[in-house]
Amino acid sequence: MRILHRRAAAALLCLAATSTFVSCGSSDEGSGGTTLDYWLWDDKQLPAYQECADAFHKANPDITVKITQTAWAQYWQNLTTQLTSGDAPDVWTNQSSYYPQFATSNQLLDLQPLIERDKVDLSAYQDGLADVWAKDGKRYGLPKDWDTMALVYNTTMLEKQGLKKAELDKLTWNPSDGGTLERAIARSTLDTKGRNGLDPDFDRKHIKVYGFLPEWADGSQGQNGWGDLAAANGFRYLDKNPWGTHYKYDDPKLAETIAWFKHLIDKGYAPRFDKQSTVANSELLSAGKGAIMVTGSWTISTFTDPKVKEKLAFAPLPVGPAGRKSAINGLADSVWAGTKHQEQSWKWVKYLGSADCQNRVAAHAVVFPALKSATRKALAAHEAKGHDVGVFTDVTAAKETFPLPVTEHGTEINPLVQDAVQSVVLGQATPQKALKDANDKVNALFK
Amino acid sequence: MGASTAIASPRQRGGSRTGKGASPGRPRRARDDRRAAWLFLAPALAGFALFYAYPTARGVYYSLTDYSLLNDPHFTGTENYRQLIGDDQFWNALKVTGYYVVLNIGSQMILALGLATLMHRLTRSVALRAMLLVPWLVPNVTVGLLWMWMLDANLGLVNHLLGAFGVGPTGFLTSPTWAMPTVAGINAWAYTGYTALLLYAGMLQIPRHLYESASLDGAGEWRMFTRITLPLLRPVLALVLVVSLIGSFQIFDTIAVTTKGGPVGATRVIYFYIYEQAFTYFHMGYASAVAVILALLLGVLTAVQMRLLRASRSDLA
Repeated sequence: MRILHRRAAAALLCLAATSTFVSCGSSDEGSGGTTLDYWLWDDKQLPAYQECADAFHKANPDITVKITQTAWAQYWQNLTTQLTSGDAPDVWTNQSSYYPQFATSNQLLDLQPLIERDKVDLSAYQDGLADVWAKDGKRYGLPKDWDTMALVYNTTMLEKQGLKKAELDKLTWNPSDGGTLERAIARSTLDTKGRNGLDPDFDRKHIKVYGFLPEWADGSQGQNGWGDLAAANGFRYLDKNPWGTHYKYDDPKLAETIAWFKHLIDKGYAPRFDKQSTVANSELLSAGKGAIMVTGSWTISTFTDPKVKEKLAFAPLPVGPAGRKSAINGLADSVWAGTKHQEQSWKWVKYLGSADCQNRVAAHAVVFPALKSATRKALAAHEAKGHDVGVFTDVTAAKETFPLPVTEHGTEINPLVQDAVQSVVLGQATPQKALKDANDKVNALFK
Repeated sequence: MGASTAIASPRQRGGSRTGKGASPGRPRRARDDRRAAWLFLAPALAGFALFYAYPTARGVYYSLTDYSLLNDPHFTGTENYRQLIGDDQFWNALKVTGYYVVLNIGSQMILALGLATLMHRLTRSVALRAMLLVPWLVPNVTVGLLWMWMLDANLGLVNHLLGAFGVGPTGFLTSPTWAMPTVAGINAWAYTGYTALLLYAGMLQIPRHLYESASLDGAGEWRMFTRITLPLLRPVLALVLVVSLIGSFQIFDTIAVTTKGGPVGATRVIYFYIYEQAFTYFHMGYASAVAVILALLLGVLTAVQMRLLRASRSDLA
């Protein structure tokens, strides 16, 4: 209470005095230089972008970039609050399912005229990455990186069960018998007596190591599991992407996929939803509590960390009835429409998307930069560290990727679909009914 | 309680003074008093107007608009309230909040009463009282994180210990059946000590000689508890109940840290729902409507409680 009063007094003082001498909380300094506020959420990427910011300042001594890193869980709330109070960062890292609401409320600067003026070559980026950020002839972001999906597994455990790398590189999957993926999962599940999932005496109620760790807090896209397999089964999220207006979560191909996941649980190969850990799957895998899971390329360093005791390796996603499908998602840098330093902000965004900055990011071997040339450099940096992560780039080369849906109401759709999927794996509802109900609610948002 | 008589008496005196009105000097002095009073009250009143009255009025106004935080609000009349009636998530939020309040207040009050009685009858140790306060001093977010790790189905200490007795792992925070009782339990753990201290302080006001004569008459501990402690503690008990009830309705942080409203809405309490609507979906207008309903509900509840409070004036007075 006392703090509130003091703050109020300070605010009143500022109000009264701004017109005369006192300056309150402005980020600019008087020496003619400009300070840009730049936001990102990934602490692992902070060192790479700090290096870019330093290099940028060296080349443009009159512009200083101040980077603020906020964890994902608070990032969007903080950003919204700042936007509401009219004091947002000049430039921020944007994500494809969050940016539409900022674009429609006129918070993002249209970069298209600037891109044309400065002749930025959008074809130098990985295919499809730039398209996500365009709507009605306007463009709201310049690509900075991308990520794809793959399997990560415990090599020691799988070798013990006689599963070789060659087999794991050619896994198949279908929703009726689960293909060779389900056999691999069954073989790597161990009960407390050490019998695997194919053993006739296998005790599905007392499990020591789960063959598969599914992700259930996966929003409306299932990027970390069900979405990729559903796409491999021929499922399409919506009528067109980006900017579709009719979702198809009632597609039987999705229902079959979710039913297969439920079947894994019933068999004892995956943890029951109501008995799963609150700890992230990556932690469980790293602690030897699971054998296989789906993961994204942004988490590579979590698994290759020398502190992880278990030996882990990556394998491509399985080939489904409609082929192999990995979600691809790209981040971009956007400029706030209300910035006082439009030209300087654009200069920084252009630098972030340039070969100079993206090559620096590549050298850190944390994410894959959006420029094709820088992607190759990142792969080489991983190899130099002794990490084989080619499975993530192979899918882009083979065009086995699909972009995640970009539409209005993205954040509202997330809990509707997530609750439906969770209610199925809990056994509260059938996949057909739960997904049909959710789909009706989702499409009602577009009316 | 004592407080109400303390406020009432000066007003009565002032009333009789102006009522007489004989001395010409006195009314002016009364006016002077008033001016000084207003002057002293002004900072607090300004703060109240700026930080309570104005935001409340604004909140009520927003509840009648389609405000999205980023766009200007447009007046939509009672649209938000109409939508609210048909919103099963809202009703679910009310239901699970009620469930939480019953579980939390129930367990917390019984435990606290037990602890306070034990302290009162057995020991007056200051060290013990300090220890009871420790959980209450830990920030809620830390409490949530601590218990989340200890109760984890795979890596948690609690399931490990239960496993030694042959009890299979329980997803305390991931099972729809267990999630809410677990959250209520965590908060009961954090607040029981504090509640017990409040009740203990109330018990200290009960004259000792009552217990002495009761025990001379051959009354046992249970009889003394039901016939002396409980009836004489009633006003304190009622006050503690009101405060914890309102606090209990405001459950948010433990849930934001541990379950985030899940699994499948089992812990999506009203405050968490308001937060989601406002800051995740940017439905500030709708969130305000839910908040207004909640405020009305708490108002009614408090009025009922206050009546109860007044009705049960201490038998000691």
